[in-house]
Amino acid sequence: MNKISLIIAREYITRVRKKSFLVMTFVGPLLFALLIIVPTWLATRDGDEKVIEVVDESGLFKTVLIDTDEIKYSFVNEDPDALKQSLEGSEYYGFLYIPNIDIDNPQGIQFYSTSKPSLSVIGDLEWGIRQKIENIKLEKSGLDKQVLDNLKANVDIATISITDQGEQESSSIAATGIGYISSLLIYFFIFFFGAQIMRGIIEEKTSRIIEVIISSVKPFQLMMGKIIGVGAVGLTQFLLWTLLTFTITTVLSSVFGFEPQAANSMVNAQPGMAEVQAAAADQNEFAKIMGAIGSINIPQVLFFFLIYFLGGYLLYGSLFAAVGSAVDSEVDSQQFMLPVTLPLILSIVSLGAVLNEPDGSLAFWMSMIPLTSPVVMMMRIPFGVPIWQLLLSVTLLAGGFMFTVWLAARIYRVGILMHGTKVNYKVLAKWFMMKN
Amino acid sequence: MNILVTEHIHKSFGDFKALDDVSITIPENTIFGLLGPNGAGKTTLIRIITQILMADQGKVMFHGRPLELEDVHRIGYLPEERGLYKKMKVGEQLLYLAQLKGMSKAEASKKIKAWMEKFDIISWWGKNVEDLSKGMAQKVQFIATVLHEPSLIILDEPFSGFDPVNANLIRDEILEMKKKGITIIFSTHRMESVEELCDHIALINKSKKILEGPKKDIKETYKSNTFNVLHHGKVNGLPADFDTLSTEEVEGAIHSTIQIKSALGPNDLLKALISQVEVHEFVEKIPSMNEIFIQKVQEGGHE
Repeated sequence: MNKISLIIAREYITRVRKKSFLVMTFVGPLLFALLIIVPTWLATRDGDEKVIEVVDESGLFKTVLIDTDEIKYSFVNEDPDALKQSLEGSEYYGFLYIPNIDIDNPQGIQFYSTSKPSLSVIGDLEWGIRQKIENIKLEKSGLDKQVLDNLKANVDIATISITDQGEQESSSIAATGIGYISSLLIYFFIFFFGAQIMRGIIEEKTSRIIEVIISSVKPFQLMMGKIIGVGAVGLTQFLLWTLLTFTITTVLSSVFGFEPQAANSMVNAQPGMAEVQAAAADQNEFAKIMGAIGSINIPQVLFFFLIYFLGGYLLYGSLFAAVGSAVDSEVDSQQFMLPVTLPLILSIVSLGAVLNEPDGSLAFWMSMIPLTSPVVMMMRIPFGVPIWQLLLSVTLLAGGFMFTVWLAARIYRVGILMHGTKVNYKVLAKWFMMKN
Repeated sequence: MNILVTEHIHKSFGDFKALDDVSITIPENTIFGLLGPNGAGKTTLIRIITQILMADQGKVMFHGRPLELEDVHRIGYLPEERGLYKKMKVGEQLLYLAQLKGMSKAEASKKIKAWMEKFDIISWWGKNVEDLSKGMAQKVQFIATVLHEPSLIILDEPFSGFDPVNANLIRDEILEMKKKGITIIFSTHRMESVEELCDHIALINKSKKILEGPKKDIKETYKSNTFNVLHHGKVNGLPADFDTLSTEEVEGAIHSTIQIKSALGPNDLLKALISQVEVHEFVEKIPSMNEIFIQKVQEGGHE
């Protein structure tokens, strides 16, 4: 259709040329990059060095409280009360007082500091002391160190999913990450560009260009042209974002000299564990995650991402178009926006529950209903979804957006010519029923 | 030859009947006044002609055959509610609108330049519409309406909001287009422009067509055989055939309005007057479109 392509071209070109598009294109990836880099940087940077003075009257803990990058221990032999007095104004973070404790009833250990100590510091201290006390108790009970070491087991369950392609090693972490990112992207995309469709239609109404245009083209052509044109802008922006985010992340990473994957090691950052575990184990863990990402069917994820991305956009885009055609200003749109956005918000809210049970009945139904399936199904796909469910869901989605496009077109053709009418749901229903 | 004929058009919006059996015939190369009070159904009829709306019943014939989708390319429409894309440049916007009317880009570009030169606004090509004044935007809208050289141009309240200079410009353009053989439908409730421009009129009131025909014939029909006479000296009684409606003395002369009640003609009245007074002016009182309009609309109101 030649006229539709003219409309699409106009929508596309005028939007892409806008300054706001340019700004969003560059600010977006910067934000994304920051989202990736800042937590990584926070997790990997050398924290402020804290020096803790230790008065250990029991003499048991010199070997367990070992200096780390963040905490240095300085064992002193002074009067605790004097130390308490001198703590204020000193460069010490705090001081730990361990009295001559009874192993069976370790009481009276105290930590003094001028500010509230961080949980991780207290955690480290408690972990070290507990370890030592437990070891002493075990030795006392007659078990020797050799036996103890042999008792320790390092369990790491490898998750294997059985799919059509045979057994695959998978990683819940990788699947969760991919699921979350794609769900959120679809959610964001629908909201952001759906609102743009609505605003574009309101603009055509308020600037009174609409009647001029629809004396040349059918209202349906104008509506679809706008939805497709804005969608193309969205895809362009999305592509640019992906490219730029990748570039910026890579550049920033090399400049600051760390790898984004270091963030993965945060996952097992149990207090104190990090220093106990060998560095090699860390490396191993990371390699496993990378391997697991490889094990997720990436082409499948990408393929369905595009399908749900576009299907969800068309479904909601036409609803946004209907809302835009019904109102005279963005302020008036609020009353109709809630029911339109509610299913979207609901699907985001339910992601946690879906994640708990990607094959549960909640997840299943929400990934079938077209209003929620684009967001919810993307959360499930990295965990593996039976092919019949995918096909059913996509078919329902296609039916869903054909229905909303049809519904929206019927409201749109009447709504765009109405000015200054007080619109409520009854009026919308009347428009919908109206003969052309 | 009639360029456009509507046959028994009915259109309802829910319970509201917007058009009730409206048939009008628009001869080619005329300026056709579509008249009626606000809310009478003029805009609905125009929207059916421009295929924005579909009639519930009845049909529209264009150039002697049923109206088709492609005919939008041969119709130019300037709606009452008119506007432009604010964020687009003037030249681009006209190009876009022309292409939507089926013109090629090259052809449209050539014609737009010619029109802009004619209106002396060629320097606005790269201007954003939002930077234009209202009068400037109106010129652009008018160009958009006529650019694709339609055979039928529909102007809905074209002069509303125009300043006198622009209104004159548009008026001249309308007359010039008529000379070129174009038919113009002119929807308005402002009678002075109808009086001046229209050849044919149709009057729509309360969803129904109540009057249609050439302006001259209608005026002829609505003549009341009344004459305005300017004379010196008093009239001292006239035969019963003549009814003096009013007399008024202005600067020594007397204005009388006299209606002939019988089959007698103006010469008989003149004879009766000459014997009594000195006649300076003797003019038949032709009803203005405004009077006819008000009379017909009020008749409708009493039904």
